Amino acid sequence: MLEDKDRIFTNLYGLHDWRLAAARKRGDWDGTAAIVAKGRDWILDEMKKSGLRGRGGAGFPTGLKWSFMPKESDGRPHYLVVNADESEPGTCKDRDILRHDPQKLIEGCLIASFAMGAHACYIYVRGEFIREREQLQAAVDEAYEAGLLGANAAGSGWDFDLYVHHGAGAYICGEETALLESLEGKKGMPRLKPPFPANVGLYGAPTTVNNVESIAVAPTILRRGADWFAGLGRPNNTGTKLFCISGHVNKPCNVEEEMGIPLRELLERHAGGVRGGWDNLLAVIPGGSSVPLLPKAICDDVLMDFDSLKAVQSGLGTAAVIVMDKSTDVIKAIARLSAFYKHESCGQCTPCREGTGWMWRVMERLVSGEAEVESASRRNASARQGRRSRSCRNS
Amino acid sequence: MPKLIVDGIEVEVENGATLLQACEEAGAEIPRFCYHERLSIAGNCRMCLVEVEKSPKPVASCAMPAADGMVVHTKTEQVKRAREGVMEFLLINHPLDCPICDQGGECDLQDQSMAYGVDGSRFHENKRAVEEKYMGPLVKTVMTRCIHCTRCIRFSQEVAGVPELGAIGRGEDMEITTYLEHALTSELSANVVDLCPVGALTFRPFAYTARPWELKKTESIDVMDAVGSNIRVDARGAEVMRILPRLNDDVNEEWISDKTRFVWDGLKTQRLDTPYVRENGRLRAATWDEAFAAIAERLKGVDGKRIAAIAGDLACAESMKALKDLYTSLGSPNIDCRQDGAKLDASHRGAYLFNSTIAGIDEADAILLVGTDPRKEAPIVNARILKRARAGGLKVGVVGPRADLTYEYDYIGAGPQSLKDLGSFGDVLKNASRPMIVVGQGALMRHDGAAVLAEALALAKSVGALLDEWNGFNVLHTAAARVAGLDLGLVPGEGGRDVEGILAGASNGEIEIVHLLGADEFDMNRLGKAFVIYQGTHGDAGAHRADVILPGAAYTEKNATWVNTEGRVQFGRRAIFAPGSAREDWTILRALSGVLGKPLPYDDLAAIRAAMVADAPHFAAGDAVEPVAGMPLLPAGELDAAPFETPVRDFYMTNPIARASAVMAECSAGRAAAARIQAAE
Repeated sequence: MLEDKDRIFTNLYGLHDWRLAAARKRGDWDGTAAIVAKGRDWILDEMKKSGLRGRGGAGFPTGLKWSFMPKESDGRPHYLVVNADESEPGTCKDRDILRHDPQKLIEGCLIASFAMGAHACYIYVRGEFIREREQLQAAVDEAYEAGLLGANAAGSGWDFDLYVHHGAGAYICGEETALLESLEGKKGMPRLKPPFPANVGLYGAPTTVNNVESIAVAPTILRRGADWFAGLGRPNNTGTKLFCISGHVNKPCNVEEEMGIPLRELLERHAGGVRGGWDNLLAVIPGGSSVPLLPKAICDDVLMDFDSLKAVQSGLGTAAVIVMDKSTDVIKAIARLSAFYKHESCGQCTPCREGTGWMWRVMERLVSGEAEVESASRRNASARQGRRSRSCRNS
Repeated sequence: MPKLIVDGIEVEVENGATLLQACEEAGAEIPRFCYHERLSIAGNCRMCLVEVEKSPKPVASCAMPAADGMVVHTKTEQVKRAREGVMEFLLINHPLDCPICDQGGECDLQDQSMAYGVDGSRFHENKRAVEEKYMGPLVKTVMTRCIHCTRCIRFSQEVAGVPELGAIGRGEDMEITTYLEHALTSELSANVVDLCPVGALTFRPFAYTARPWELKKTESIDVMDAVGSNIRVDARGAEVMRILPRLNDDVNEEWISDKTRFVWDGLKTQRLDTPYVRENGRLRAATWDEAFAAIAERLKGVDGKRIAAIAGDLACAESMKALKDLYTSLGSPNIDCRQDGAKLDASHRGAYLFNSTIAGIDEADAILLVGTDPRKEAPIVNARILKRARAGGLKVGVVGPRADLTYEYDYIGAGPQSLKDLGSFGDVLKNASRPMIVVGQGALMRHDGAAVLAEALALAKSVGALLDEWNGFNVLHTAAARVAGLDLGLVPGEGGRDVEGILAGASNGEIEIVHLLGADEFDMNRLGKAFVIYQGTHGDAGAHRADVILPGAAYTEKNATWVNTEGRVQFGRRAIFAPGSAREDWTILRALSGVLGKPLPYDDLAAIRAAMVADAPHFAAGDAVEPVAGMPLLPAGELDAAPFETPVRDFYMTNPIARASAVMAECSAGRAAAARIQAAE
């Protein structure tokens, strides 16, 4: 279990003031200039050593991703883009960061941008997050006033501008290249890769897209040292993670925990346990609606980290833990998720455009009991086919 | 140059080539819907999936760059299953209404489902239905059939340069539309129908008229402008049913303008299908013998200097050769092929050709357009310039009408004075390694046209556009007949009159007899009391004024030679026979020459072509551009200050065939109405 001293998000629940002065008291912006002064290579090295893996779902090592950016500019600017288009069903961690700990994110933006040679950063906020965007903008304005952003940001000698951009509420814009398209003012649809954003990203310039949580934990990692972060969790699955626990638990919550915590312990310690007791558990979706669900037998002793969940053919995803007890009609639940994917398919690639609607309709028939046995296998075949031939990671 | 192995065959491909191109190089057939060589890559249909070793899932080959050492399989069970799966997805919401679909028989979806699909359906749900979208009089939509390949969207943005198609909605609710449901405004709009791999976009004028397999296909050459687009004429029986583009990378790539494509209904109306003779002020249908006798009667004893001949815009080289020879033998020096009065100089080919060639535009890095609106005068050339502009590093300057050319340009001035002072664009031209100067007919059909031509030539020389390996001086013609006419010397002989002189002479009685070879584009009142022989295809202005009408064959009805604005000699082929007793034009002139007792020395097509080659050797070379040697300098003259105007006021109404076409009339009216609304707003 994570001890309080190892917590990064000390105001996750908004119990304290989110404003700059209070955030500074909690340690944000402490010695930022000194971190920057240690130089780009030190930061990249430290991030790699920390073992931080991207918190947006794919789990790609963050330090490595940062190091893909060209070391020297070829005349094009570099950009950091923060993906705050949190729309994976069940996920609500970035939202709380934006609301209650925005300065962590803003500080992280400065440090990460410096490490990648970017003088400008965009935070792409999900369309439905109205208050969050206002709060974030207020926090950015405060930081500008305090000299933490702008020319010579935070006395670091690095000129840095931060822009908050509001999306229009499309799930696909959480995919990094669709996000860039949307940010450029176009219809949000994934781009072809290669070229990858690190070569040709926003406005054709080298760009890194990171999740809010990945960026927000960076300053603390650099302040406390990579060894501290790497000491938490298990090898290759280090550090702390925000878990979003929803569904049939007694106390749904967001909680920061150590990676690799057993699922059962996570639910029982922080969420008040499964409704009706552990034996009433039917299944858990461990990482947002895009990952396969785990039946109870696996839930009994699975650990919550990237590799353990991969080993049981699921995934950590965004760590949005959706709990279903035995009152759940799992077919109906999947039908509901199918409806979501049908609604949110961007329509670019054939398998997803046509397949999600088909899948949803077959699921609806399964729910109402009008389907023959073969429908179930058809639904499976359709899903498999869709996964095999998609162009984004979102179906 | 990456080397890779496709189905066990090692291939080496260009850097930057895609996996799909590599597979084709190796002879593997890759099905596709969204991929098209001339459009950007979308990668969305997923039909082109192949298996690449070490890749966990199939790869969309159109979007994946070929890399060294890749091992690709295109015929495995996994690939087959992936294609079947994509095919199944594409078909679940497709209406499968092939029996009533105009695309039937030439449909990519139909063909590929035969080759790569499965035989049954597992889809038990209702199919999606999508409302039809209005896209104007040319493009008919059945959007339920759309498979969202986005080729039409990419074409309108990238090739036509008029981004008026887009997708709204998301997922399976995505729809292709013009947003406001107005008629497409590009002159190239109907190419989207060729690109559409299914029957979502079809030709409205062709709707429900014929099946592709019942059409006789004839490869020919277009005459709607001077580009000489390569076309395929599809005919059934005695009717042209439609016209499609043919691939020629040097000329039209694979696009044709809407006028080229849809003018065919004009071939069926207003046709002259029998000779006419004017008696007592009225035209009367007559026999060939009567018509020839009337001409012979009138010509008897008339001095050659009082006879004239004008060749129009749609005259083929053979007929112009016969016209020239006939009237020369009658002693007339008054012959001209420039009915618009353009002051073109026939003495040197370099002074009237598009010397850089159309494909040469791809290499140009600075283009000065003088008195031309290429979007209206030659949409294919304009698309080529847009393609070059999109590739980056091209500067375009305009002296002349300010028009929406679909790409950005520096506007220098309206009239010829700007040629003397190009401002900063002069340096752009000087610093360019491949500068082009394009002179339009609007700059030449003025009284100071010769001076403008001389000025433009001098400018080309002074900015270094005339190099050994690059000739940057270009004349953009609007008439398909013009270059051949100049090549064959259809300009006034010693002491002869040009068109202006002929018309002036006809008004004041100095010219008694005028032979119009399809010439309709001037004020017929100026012919005064002259005896007018009109030889042509349509009852247009010239035929109404005529005293004798000789019905000729249109471009789809004869084997004929055309020379495009580049000087490229191309051969059109007969798709159908001319209606009624209409005949191929050169044979009419040959027959007339016999009646007049001055028989022309050729009796068949080979003989007249041999005679043309004797006049101008480049006629021997089909589909090639003979580069000109050296460039002339023309005597400078006085320049007028009046602004240049484009000769093409109404793109859809430039010749007798187009004016007889109901489809073109609808387009023209629609465009005029849109312009009025725009003006009112």
